[in-house]
Amino acid sequence: MTTEIDRESARGATTTIDGVGIRFGSYHAVDAISLDIEAGEFLCLLGPSGCGKSTLLSALAGFTPATVGAISVDDEPVAGPSPERGMVFQNSDALFDWLTVRQNVAFGPRMRGQSRKAQAALADEYLGLVGLRKFADKFPDQLSGGMRQRVQIARVLANRPRIVLMDEPFGALDAQTRQVMQQEMDRIWRESGCTVVFVTHDIGEAIILADRIAVMTAGPAASIKNIYSVDLPRPRDETSPEAIALHQKLRQDIGHEVRTALREQGLATEEDGR
Amino acid sequence: MTSVGTVASKDSTTAPRARRRRSDALSGRLRTVGMYMLSIAIGVGVWQLVAMRYGSALVASPAQTLVAAKDLAADGTLLNSVIASSRRILIGWGLGLVVGVPIGLLMGRLTVIRQLLDPYIEFFRFIPPVAFVTLAVVWLGIGEASKVVLIFYTSVFIVTLNTIAGVLSINESKLRAATSLGASRWQILRFIVLPATVPHIVTGARLAMGNSFLTIVSAEIVAAQVGLGALIWTSRNYGRIDWVFVGIITLGILGFVFDRILRVVASRVLRRYGVKL
Repeated sequence: MTTEIDRESARGATTTIDGVGIRFGSYHAVDAISLDIEAGEFLCLLGPSGCGKSTLLSALAGFTPATVGAISVDDEPVAGPSPERGMVFQNSDALFDWLTVRQNVAFGPRMRGQSRKAQAALADEYLGLVGLRKFADKFPDQLSGGMRQRVQIARVLANRPRIVLMDEPFGALDAQTRQVMQQEMDRIWRESGCTVVFVTHDIGEAIILADRIAVMTAGPAASIKNIYSVDLPRPRDETSPEAIALHQKLRQDIGHEVRTALREQGLATEEDGR
Repeated sequence: MTSVGTVASKDSTTAPRARRRRSDALSGRLRTVGMYMLSIAIGVGVWQLVAMRYGSALVASPAQTLVAAKDLAADGTLLNSVIASSRRILIGWGLGLVVGVPIGLLMGRLTVIRQLLDPYIEFFRFIPPVAFVTLAVVWLGIGEASKVVLIFYTSVFIVTLNTIAGVLSINESKLRAATSLGASRWQILRFIVLPATVPHIVTGARLAMGNSFLTIVSAEIVAAQVGLGALIWTSRNYGRIDWVFVGIITLGILGFVFDRILRVVASRVLRRYGVKL
């Protein structure tokens, strides 16, 4: 078997976020966000902690309903969770500990009632893509943190979703592993051809991965402040002059939001950022 | 392709180290068994002293108890008692699991069911089975049913409560992951909630087993011909303190053996569900 992925079936999708606002009781988390995500695009949502980027992602997944506005994927309105929109969680607690790596990856196809043979073939195909074929019969707790996140990625891709949602998937990893995983994510995305919305607070990570970076303002009532297109050749070098220039621009842009967020949490004063 | 990082638990430990670890484990186990033996020897010694102090009318000595046990074993009373009580415990406890686990899963998952059943669980779990002995006999007669139902009663609430606790402690991201991978509500119950709750269910089963042993004696108070509880009660009527001692000690040993079997089987068969006992 080859690790070649059928790009036709791993289709991307056009996603439209139209004036979406999200409230939890009296708390205004997200305010009137409108954004179009193209098929096959890699979009990063970048912003300070607690700015509502995960909330927006959760609305895309269908876990959190939008209070106002609407989200649609390929013109179908989002009205709840769906296997068309796969989610990679920050914490690998999302893996099923009692299933082997292969059974974890085959979970979606199994729920759809595919044959055992088809399940195993799909699982092995995507385990190959994330470089875990040798570990198919291990259990999640026998793997390192980085490997567990690979399992999560393979599990979502094996379901052939139209769009992959990733909630700071490398946030809990050590710096070295995170770097390796970013390179791997870039390769996996190019080979699978899926649409990705990737939440992160790491500027460098966004530069390595994104076609476009949407910088969000600090919450409450978070919105999108600026959108940057990243036209650098892949795989990207974080230390190239262009990348460094973009990094500085993003840091200035986001720095203001981080200070606002800290003030909001009572952790910094007005003078701090001057 | 880039490297895939390291496996957390490596099998490739060098042979001598593995051997040393095995011999460490063996000597550790021998030590445990040795301490158990010592503890039992001290216990029997204290028992002997107490028996000598108070006399055989009040306390049967270890030797007298052993003789009584031999007598009771010889005419088959002891074995029949063990079998009769074990049967009642296993059936009642088994029914408690079969009913308690599904109810616990449903109560954990569906707020409506939880709200409907919670008052009853919270009411009945404070009423000891012995309070129902009379009613059980009046309603169900003096046959096996009344005893089995009392054991069931003492098992089912603790199993239900532990199962609910297990369901409520499932990591939310597991449930979300399963939903967004396309699992239906029923599939989530069957393939996520049940396996994720197994360690709590096993804990509930062990506690229920303990409760069953506490209850069997009261269940056999009335009109049981055989059984360890019946043995203890009838011995009292004959003034045979030594038989009472045999009944009590057999009950304790039987409970220990049942729990051991449960632990070994559960940790072997259910290891992949994270059962560590």
